[in-house]
Amino acid sequence: MKTKIYPIFLIFVFSIIFFVFYKGLKNSNIYTPDVKSQINIPKFQAKDFENNKTVNSKDIFLNDKFYLLNIWASWCVPCREEHKFLMNLHKEKLIDIIGLNYKDNHLKAKKFLDDLKSPYKIILKDLDGTIAIEWGAYGVPETFLIHNKKIVKKIIGPLNENSILEIKEIIK
Amino acid sequence: MKLFKYLLITFFVINYNSLNAQDVNLENKITKNLRCLICQGQSIYDSDSEFANSLKLVVKKKLESGNSEEQIYDFLQEKYGEWILYDPKFNKNTYFLWLLPILMFIIGGAIIFKLFIIKKN
Repeated sequence: MKTKIYPIFLIFVFSIIFFVFYKGLKNSNIYTPDVKSQINIPKFQAKDFENNKTVNSKDIFLNDKFYLLNIWASWCVPCREEHKFLMNLHKEKLIDIIGLNYKDNHLKAKKFLDDLKSPYKIILKDLDGTIAIEWGAYGVPETFLIHNKKIVKKIIGPLNENSILEIKEIIK
Repeated sequence: MKLFKYLLITFFVINYNSLNAQDVNLENKITKNLRCLICQGQSIYDSDSEFANSLKLVVKKKLESGNSEEQIYDFLQEKYGEWILYDPKFNKNTYFLWLLPILMFIIGGAIIFKLFIIKKN
């Protein structure tokens, strides 16, 4: 009996180790951000891009309405690529788009908007990047779909045709 | 009296510096336990990316506004998920990770005890 316990115990331990490592093999070693949705939007204060007045987040995002918060910067190349999609959404008047200008030079950002036109209802300034962190953003560009003061969808990276279709599907 | 004044000033200056040093130490401790999510194998403390620099500022501001280390971890975990912490918390996803070494230690100890100590007696 005694001699049987040890082999069974060893087989059991090695089976567990094998199982853990085998499961680990199937995990991707490329980190994909956890796209958490349905979390409350943060409460914050920011300066208005146009007039430098302090704006409170609770005055921007109202209940029962969809909003798109887009984090952008003039130095960000993918932001230029996605700009046409934001302009289309703006022209179709489907949703209010709020811009968050991330760590940018005011004059350069203004030139960016003069060149490509502004799809934004209001633009807020995030000079040190702390507001983007409050939103749980990784960088620029990043877009959040908001409804009832909750983040319904988060798009990391530039918008494309598919993500625009997904947004339209949710808000219709 | 003058000497007393100087001593008092020196006392406050030294204490102020050590208070600041404590804040910086805690800030460094927290940022070393945070994973830079857009870098390869670097902590927030080590990284100089835009994301890491902003996060360092957030940690500093939160500490200044009186938040504790745990509150900062909870806040960031809510925003970015468990992955941002190098030192994962004890919950249903990590209990196996935390308990396995203790379990191995107990089982190993029991084997050694049985093989050597009981046999000797």
